[in-house]
Amino acid sequence: MKPVNQRAWFLVAPVLLLVAFTAIIPLMTVVNYSVQYVGMNTQFHWVGDLWFREVLASEKFWNALWRNLVFSGIILMIQIPLGVLIALNMPRKGWGVPVCLVVMALPLLIPWYVVGMIWQMFGRVDIGLFGVMLRDFGYNYENDPIDAWFTLVLMDTWHWTSLVALLAYAGLVSIPDAYYQAARIDGASRWQVFRHIQLPKMARVLTIAVLLRFMDSFMIFTEPFAVIAGGDPVFLSTELKQTVELGQKAAMSLIYFLIILLMSWVFYTVMTRDDGEPRQRGGAS
Amino acid sequence: MLELKEVTRRVAGVDHLLDVSVRLEPGVMNVLLGQARAGKTSLMRVMAGLDRPGSGSVWFNGENVTGKPVARRNVAMVYQQFINYPGWTVRENIASPLKVRRAGKDEIAREVDRVAELLRLQPYLDRKPLELSGGQQQRVALARAIVKKASLVLLDEPLANLDYKLREELRAELPRLFKDSGAVVVYATTEPSEALLLGGRTATMSEGRVTQFGPSGDVYRRPNALITAQTFSDPPLNTLPVELSGQADRYPGARTLAFRAHHLRLQKRAPEAHTFNMEVVSTDITGSETFVHMKQGDLRWVMLTHGVQVFATGAPVTVYLEPADVMQFAANGAALTPAREAA
Amino acid sequence: MARIDLDNVRHAYGPSPQSDEDYALRRVNHTFDDGGAYALLGPSGCGKTSLLNIISGLVSPSEGRVLVNGEDVTGLPTEKRNIAQVFQFPVVYDSMTVRENLAFPLRNRRVKSAEIRERVNQVLEIVGLTALADRRARGLTADEKQKISLGRGLVRPDVSAILFDEPLTVVDPQMKWQLRASLREVHRRSRATMIYVTHDQTEALTFADKVVVMHAGEIVQVGTPAELFAQPKHTFVGYFIGSPGMNVMPVTLDGVSARIGGHAVAPAAAPQAAATSKLELGVRPEFVKLSASGIPAQIIRVEDAGRYRVAHLTMAGHPVAAMLREGEDVPADPHVSFDPAGVHLYADSWRVDVAGQAAAGKVAQ
Repeated sequence: MKPVNQRAWFLVAPVLLLVAFTAIIPLMTVVNYSVQYVGMNTQFHWVGDLWFREVLASEKFWNALWRNLVFSGIILMIQIPLGVLIALNMPRKGWGVPVCLVVMALPLLIPWYVVGMIWQMFGRVDIGLFGVMLRDFGYNYENDPIDAWFTLVLMDTWHWTSLVALLAYAGLVSIPDAYYQAARIDGASRWQVFRHIQLPKMARVLTIAVLLRFMDSFMIFTEPFAVIAGGDPVFLSTELKQTVELGQKAAMSLIYFLIILLMSWVFYTVMTRDDGEPRQRGGAS
Repeated sequence: MLELKEVTRRVAGVDHLLDVSVRLEPGVMNVLLGQARAGKTSLMRVMAGLDRPGSGSVWFNGENVTGKPVARRNVAMVYQQFINYPGWTVRENIASPLKVRRAGKDEIAREVDRVAELLRLQPYLDRKPLELSGGQQQRVALARAIVKKASLVLLDEPLANLDYKLREELRAELPRLFKDSGAVVVYATTEPSEALLLGGRTATMSEGRVTQFGPSGDVYRRPNALITAQTFSDPPLNTLPVELSGQADRYPGARTLAFRAHHLRLQKRAPEAHTFNMEVVSTDITGSETFVHMKQGDLRWVMLTHGVQVFATGAPVTVYLEPADVMQFAANGAALTPAREAA
Repeated sequence: MARIDLDNVRHAYGPSPQSDEDYALRRVNHTFDDGGAYALLGPSGCGKTSLLNIISGLVSPSEGRVLVNGEDVTGLPTEKRNIAQVFQFPVVYDSMTVRENLAFPLRNRRVKSAEIRERVNQVLEIVGLTALADRRARGLTADEKQKISLGRGLVRPDVSAILFDEPLTVVDPQMKWQLRASLREVHRRSRATMIYVTHDQTEALTFADKVVVMHAGEIVQVGTPAELFAQPKHTFVGYFIGSPGMNVMPVTLDGVSARIGGHAVAPAAAPQAAATSKLELGVRPEFVKLSASGIPAQIIRVEDAGRYRVAHLTMAGHPVAAMLREGEDVPADPHVSFDPAGVHLYADSWRVDVAGQAAAGKVAQ
């Protein structure tokens, strides 16, 4: 027997290195900080789970977490159906396809911070078209928390619904014509076609859409920061920024990280639980 | 020569291959015959080096190649789907294995012409594969396999997606194309008639095992087990379970008598022929032949007879079976007496 | 139950067809009788699937009319036509069980649930899915899924016609026998009009009472399997039906006989068109006899198909295939003769009979 060829490691090495520097090392640093007290002259003192206990005991933290969950829930409930609806109405062939795709992709290309700025300008009560219009309805996002929420949801929806739509569209175009033909022959209604053909065939991409949108909306930071610019911290991310203590920040980040991990795992398991039915002797022919 | 010794492969608790030992020679078509999921593709993947057997070994020309990756072997594969490079012309497609080998310009031109002529692809050399018919596309894939001068050529149901008539044509050409290449050629199929018409040798497969391997005609006419005879019968094999008393026979006990559809006859040709009174279930007329599906009690048989024979459903029919055409299998499925050779 | 008429149906996929070549269907006139089992047989690209989709309304023809029981349905959408269709590749509703899949077309038509249950159970039995009835369709194998598709085609008791588009492509050969037998049984009991598209002659001939052979967008012959075998109207039918296909070779006429090389091969047949047409002789391998007398030939190879063998020979420079039954041997010095019962003459590919009249003419025109 010749020795097993080890050269493959050289090909994998750069990726491992990259992941180490961008993810593993920073994460471990944060873990390290979270159990230390950092003094003024960067002296480290072991404090154990002090920061974690402090964070979990703080009412502010729980309020922020709750607000985050509600926000993500609203975002998902609006953007997923809306994205699917847009995808269903996009053209399947002809010149309309590239036009639609480009228009849909535009908001995605704009950086977060700019989105915040755009909407801030747009919503200004003195010069913004939107703001002037809404002023007459007594709408004020800078002072009224409900209006601020509304603005954030609107902004995020404007920014990210097209991602959902594009993913859903990709799922839709992969359905062979025969399915629609069979449904017509079976006398299926428009709703049944959606429920029994389009939705099941989109399930996989929608899982990805839900995951991406959940994680993104849960991490929302730039947009409220830009819009509300200096107002009360309302989300975990903004709360994080207000905290001074490095160790406390680290502990909060870790809790935050674990929550996202847990939620993503729950979503993924729930949405893919039907797929695992074993096929007898699959693929062995 | 490719030799597999006691090759076994299990995936996720399911046996894909069980104790397979075969020795494949160059110069003849080696056919793997079996139903879908019998293990044909699994076996080919092990032969190619795409999968590693769980146990057992693979030898090529005396060298143990069990762990050798496919890239370091000289293997060509043709699949049921027509796989070509869509952006290249037929000429570039055929030349691609030669370019990989860094062959000279002259050699490439010469080889492409030779193989294109062999496969009657000359008129299409400057077209893209997708502009061709299915049969022509599959010829391009075959041409690539031929110019590669691989020492092992694996053809996985290459004709399954072709029209009936194209299949007939290519099937007649295939043995000729690879005859003098010196390569070991393996051909997987689900159709018994294809295995026979390709000539060469056939390995019948069932549930991950090779049940018999030998010259195709021999395996067809002298199956060593009931499962082999069933695998190698289309229309399906007719069976008759019987219980024999001790005195009259060398092998007393329960056994299965089996015979093929065309051995049931409407005329009594020999005095010793058995007579069966059956009821017609349905008839299929193909023009030159008629399939008569019939029953009696739990028995379901099919008869294949020449010409057009019309029977009403439910009509009685008397059929004859000559003892020499009957194969006998023990309760465990092993063959007891082979049917007559000329059957 | 219905009769279906195709009246001058033409179809082109391109926008403005000019010549005949632009039409996927050149011109089709045909009547599918009520309760018939038909096969549309032809190679890929002959237009058979287009024709099927025109009948079901999935494609609307460029020209011509489709009539069901004399009523023009050309403008009606598929769901109004009361037609069932089964496709080449399995189409199942993944989120439903097998039983729900089969019940779906009935539910949509508001059939009573007791009736649905009874009907679905029958169909489960027919397609052999009873054991899997309550499994989700998602996890099943391709051929199990195809049986579901087939079942959904069969489940509606009141359809005008059931159309099948190469339904057994993904099914194992052994299973094909069973399913074909089941389909015929269903046809026998229900007497629904069935149209079955395939490129496989065995499938077509075993399924259908009447086979419609298509070639290059036209119908070239309609007949029973026995007629197609014994009296091919067009050399294409002779070639396409039968395995191996009919031997076709050019002949010359000398007034009293048709000749190949220096050998007379058929008795006098002097079609009037002879002077201008391309004349060919067709004889099926089943009617080619090898013996010690006749036209000398050389054997190229002999194929063994188990229950018969095929000898490939050259005779006067032309390839000829001869079929040998079980027990027949190949003579050492073979000579070829043709059984007169199986010899046909073709002028410009269409069959001419002994009296010299062009046979029935092009069916499609």
